Formats: sequence, C-alpha cells, structure tokens
Amino acid sequence: MGWTGKILRINLTNRTVKSEPTNKDWALKYLGQRGLATKYLVEEVDAKVDPLGPDNKLIMATGPLTGTAASTGGRYSVITKGPLTNAIACSNSGGYFGAEMKFAGWDMVIMEGKASSPVYVTIFDDKAEIHDAKDIWGTSIWHADEWIKKRHQDPMIHVAGIGIAGEKLVLYSAVVNDLHRAAGRSGVGAVMGSKNLKAVAVRGTGGVKVRDGKAFLAATAAGKKVLQGNGVTGAGLPTYGTQVLMNVINEAGAMPTRNSRDVQFEGAHDISAEAMATPRKTDGKPNLLTNQACFGCTIACGRISKIDETHFTIKNKPEYWKASGGLEYEAAWALGSNTGVKDLDALTYVNFICNEQALDPISFGATVSAAMELYEIGVLTKEMTGGIELKFGSAEALVKCVELTGKGEGFGKELGLGSARLTAKYGHPELSMASKGQEFPAYDGRGIQGIGLAYATSNRGGCHLRGYTISSEIFGIPEKTDPLTTVGKPALVKAFQDATAAVDSSGVCVFTTFAWTLNDIAPQLDAAIEGGWTADKLVELGERIWNMERQFNNRAGFTAKDDSLPPRFLKEAAKTGPATGKVSGLETMLPEYYALRGWTKDGVPTNETVSRLGL
Amino acid sequence: MQVTFKLFAQLGQYLPPQAARNEVRLDIADGTSIWALLDAYNVPRGLCHLVLLNGHAQAAAVRGEVRLKAGDVLAVWPPIAGG
Repeated sequence: MGWTGKILRINLTNRTVKSEPTNKDWALKYLGQRGLATKYLVEEVDAKVDPLGPDNKLIMATGPLTGTAASTGGRYSVITKGPLTNAIACSNSGGYFGAEMKFAGWDMVIMEGKASSPVYVTIFDDKAEIHDAKDIWGTSIWHADEWIKKRHQDPMIHVAGIGIAGEKLVLYSAVVNDLHRAAGRSGVGAVMGSKNLKAVAVRGTGGVKVRDGKAFLAATAAGKKVLQGNGVTGAGLPTYGTQVLMNVINEAGAMPTRNSRDVQFEGAHDISAEAMATPRKTDGKPNLLTNQACFGCTIACGRISKIDETHFTIKNKPEYWKASGGLEYEAAWALGSNTGVKDLDALTYVNFICNEQALDPISFGATVSAAMELYEIGVLTKEMTGGIELKFGSAEALVKCVELTGKGEGFGKELGLGSARLTAKYGHPELSMASKGQEFPAYDGRGIQGIGLAYATSNRGGCHLRGYTISSEIFGIPEKTDPLTTVGKPALVKAFQDATAAVDSSGVCVFTTFAWTLNDIAPQLDAAIEGGWTADKLVELGERIWNMERQFNNRAGFTAKDDSLPPRFLKEAAKTGPATGKVSGLETMLPEYYALRGWTKDGVPTNETVSRLGL
Repeated sequence: MQVTFKLFAQLGQYLPPQAARNEVRLDIADGTSIWALLDAYNVPRGLCHLVLLNGHAQAAAVRGEVRLKAGDVLAVWPPIAGG
C-alpha cells in the first residue's frame, strides 16, 4: 500500500538480480525515497568508501506517493555517496521514470559492485535482466534511450542513464531520464559510470495500491484544488516557469554574476522568461514553444524550447533543430549571468548538450565561470585551454566548453573536475564558489542571507533545494522575511531543511510547497500508507533524515569547518543593488543554527539529539 | 521627476506602448505613491504580489504611503516563484 513492499537488488559484479521485501520498520520511520534510501545507504555503505569504487552503492528510490494520483507524484531520487563532494548525495528527478518503477512493482533499486564491462539493466515488471551495453557505450543518453526502446520493441519504456560525461567520470555528471529530466547534482552520473552501468530501462504494467482509496481520492483532489487556485502553482509557474526569477533576483541584487564578482547582470533581461516568450528578431519565433508536465503534475512548469535554425550553435547540426527541454532558471543563470553570456539561444543549446550528455548545468556553468576568472587573471592561458579564448561573455567559448566536457575530451577533462578541484589545481581555491565541493546555485548569499547559511550547511554541498529560504526571503511564502538580515535565519533554514527532507521522501515535487504546507501533504500520505502521518510527524521525520545525513558526513570526515562559504562571500562586499556593502553573516548565524539543531559547537549531533530522533 | 517603472510576467501588458524590455522611464508628479502609480496604469492591485522599490520589497500595507523619489526604480510581479 503506497509502498510496493519490494526492493530490487542488482549486483553488477556477480551479474545477479534479487528481489527482497522492503524493510517495513525502516519505511515507517524513514517513509521512502530520500529518507528510506539514505537509511539503506548508511547501513550498507562505509561512509569512507571511495565514491567511484565498487563498494559504493547507487540507489534509485521512489516515495509512497510516486505513481499515484497525488499531483506531481512522479518523483524519484538517486542516493549514493557523491564523488564531487565525498558527502551524501541525493538527487531528485521528475519525468515518468519514477512512476514507471513503481508500476513495475519496486520501491527501490539498489545497484552494487561494478560490471566487468559496460551493461544496461532492464526492469520489465518483476523481471530484471543485465544486458551488454557495448552498442550504446560511448554514446549520449539521447541515443541510448532511443536505442533501448527499439532494441526491446517498446516505446513505452522509460530510461534513466548517463551520457559520455558519466562514462568519463565527469564529477558533476547527472542521471538523465525521459531525455530532459535529471537527477542532476553531486555527480550521481559518475557513480553510475564507475559501475560500468549505462542505463536502467523500466516498463511496468501494474498499479499502486493505497490504504484507503476513498480517503486518498478526497485528499489528492483537495490537494489539486489548492494548487490550481494558487497564483504561483496555478498560473505563475505554468506560464513563465522558474525562469521568471531571472529579473526578480537581479532586481533584488542577488544574481551571482561572473563567478560572483558581481551581484547584478546587465544581460539578465536578455536571458529571462520574458525574453524566452518574445519573438526573436532573426526568425520571428520565440525560443519558448510550450510548457510541459511530469507524471501526474497539475503545475507543468517545464519548458520546451526551439533554437533558431540559423543560430551559430546549430546551423550545420539539424539534429538540434527539434524542440527539447528548455532553460530553467538554474541552468539559465549558471550558463548565462555566471559566465557573462547573454545569448539566449546559445544558452539553450548548451542546456541541450547538458541534457544529451547528462551534465549538471549548475556545476558545469559555475566551473566554466571559475575557469574564466583563472583565464582572466592569467593563470590559465590559451595554450592550456586548447585554443579556447575563455573570456567572460563569450558564447563561443561556453559552447566549446560544453562540447568538450560532455565528451570528457581536451580541456573538458579539466572542467570535468568541478570548480573546487580545478581552482585548487591551479593554486586559487578561493575562486571556487562552492561549499563541500559543490557549486552554488542562482542566489547570492550576500543579498539573501538565509540562503548563504543553507548553502554552508547543506548535507550534499552547495545547494538551494535542501532549504529553499528564497521562498520566504523573496517570495514571502509562507511569510515574508527580510533577505538582508541574519536575524531569525537559523530557525528559518532549519524549518525549510526539515520540511524539504520530508517532502523529498514522499514522492511529490517540492514545487508543490509554494502552495501546500505539510498539512496538505500529510492527509495524502496518510490515506496512502499506514503509520498515522501528520504534519508534526513529517517535521520530525525531516529532522531525523537531516541528522542521519549529517552523521554520515561526519563519519566521512566532514567537520564544522566544512560548513563554510568562500572568502568572496565573507570578505568582498556586494558592489551594487540593495545589498551594497554587505557580506554574508554566516559566522553570526552558524552557532545559533547548531544550537537549534541540537548539535555541539563542532557541528556534531549531541547524544540527546540522536536519542530524541531515534537514530 | 523621473522614475523607472518595470512590470514583469503577465503584468507586462499594462506598460505603455513606448516601454521596451519590460521597463519605461516616466515623468511623474512629486509625491506619487506606489499605489497611485500602479493605479494610473490600471495594474490590478490584487496581482501586485512582489513590489520592489530599488530592490527592496514593499508590503501591501505601505504601498499607499511610500512616495516615489526621483531616480527610483519600481519593479512589480504577479504571484511568482521558482527554483
């Protein structure tokens, strides 16, 4: 009920597949997806394991609401130890793959070991098989997706896998499903590549049972009504997508620009949602064709875009003339303002390649940005980049970088290290805009103080989705707070982190929380599964998950000193906009955050906290 | 006095024809409040979710009292969010 009660364990070393019952006690305590899979990982994997070694495991996990009639119930997550950070990694994706896993009858798939040669896995209902992948190794995930469907003569198969970047162990390579949805962050694709696993293909013909069908339909219908009636989820997101934030964050003076040297980008409007919807001068057509929904989603924030066929990026490449996944705000920022590039179609092309070769566009864009700064100060030269003039604002350089990194070739091998390793290699670690080795997303921690604390304390490294305080600090959801103050932010960050960990374990999308609270999600969960789920119980669940992740990271060697921001955020004040003169107040916020978390001054959960949460 | 007036997302339709890239420079009377300017362009108050004056958020309760000054930038959005 809600849960299928079955886990598929695939040992790639021995080439064996095995079904086992889902641990019910753990499911009641950790729910599903992020929580439950992390519980399995921390129990089965040594925290000091080499992320790219055969002893690391990679878990694809659904939540109880995945594959159900709950709005946005199509989510699944990839959980592993991340190679970019050496910390816990959990990357969440939409599309249709997660729901299909559930229809095939599986709560989770656990990948173990390493295949001796490239393979892909098919899961057709309860039958799982390991196949030789020699025909698709060395190709993009777009090619592999199409090939697998043809090979198995079923266009209804859903595929999640890696491009060439993951095969070449690019440290921020992603697992892409359904062509342009991604478990994007922390290098989960490189873990898949390290196991010689190209893709997982799923086809399911079953349904998902729920505990109380009548109550479930009532609860999910009520949830949909709330989403439909909300200005953000009912109108704003479907119409403009996340990209509507480009001008918002720029006006608010928190737009990381040119490797965070600036906090406002003069080209923001050129790459915004408004620009995507405006007909181009060149061909009279807009970049944006339509929006798109993931499985069961009644919001439909996804973007589908088309590049002008005469644009320099694709003029001789008809394979990119078709419509595909367009720019979301995070990609547009990372590829655009952070590199100083304001050519919308160029960014769309680079985003296409990030999808095709399964790269995280945030870490890729931020790494290019750091490399551009190294180039500008003369540490990197044209000879070292293989002839690329790596200047801020150069769309041509950005395009060349993605083509090389996507295939792990030439200077792309250097870029594939991520900004922390790249800048350290050339003696300038201070130029990596990252925490725990993972690059920051699209909000500057000087202009929005709470998000700086969220970045520093994120268990998977620099990330906005562990605790999206932007919701409060900028949008006023659920309540408006002042982005420029540190007062009250430790409690705000903790509340967002705990609630998000619960949502990430349920099977629905975090974007619902622009309209829903945990009081809207709890009745849907409670009707689907046993356990007596309430909002309060979900908050406690979230806190338990957060501390479980923290303990794993502590065992992996992380300490309080890793809850940090780069010197640029702590010492170089914002030069323009509302935050002019401000640096991050991290040092003020962190002790209060630790105290609220029930952690020691060294950032370790106290015995009392561990005991209270039943860890 | 001159101010810069910006309307985004579906509010863009309320900008005067001479606007470009979602913004326009306007000559307005001294002492014009935020609501007065938005009312003058028929922007529905109920759709003015996020109102930034020089980048600083202005709550609905103060929009009738806060007077614009020369050189100010007023930017307004309907309900929006993202990630």
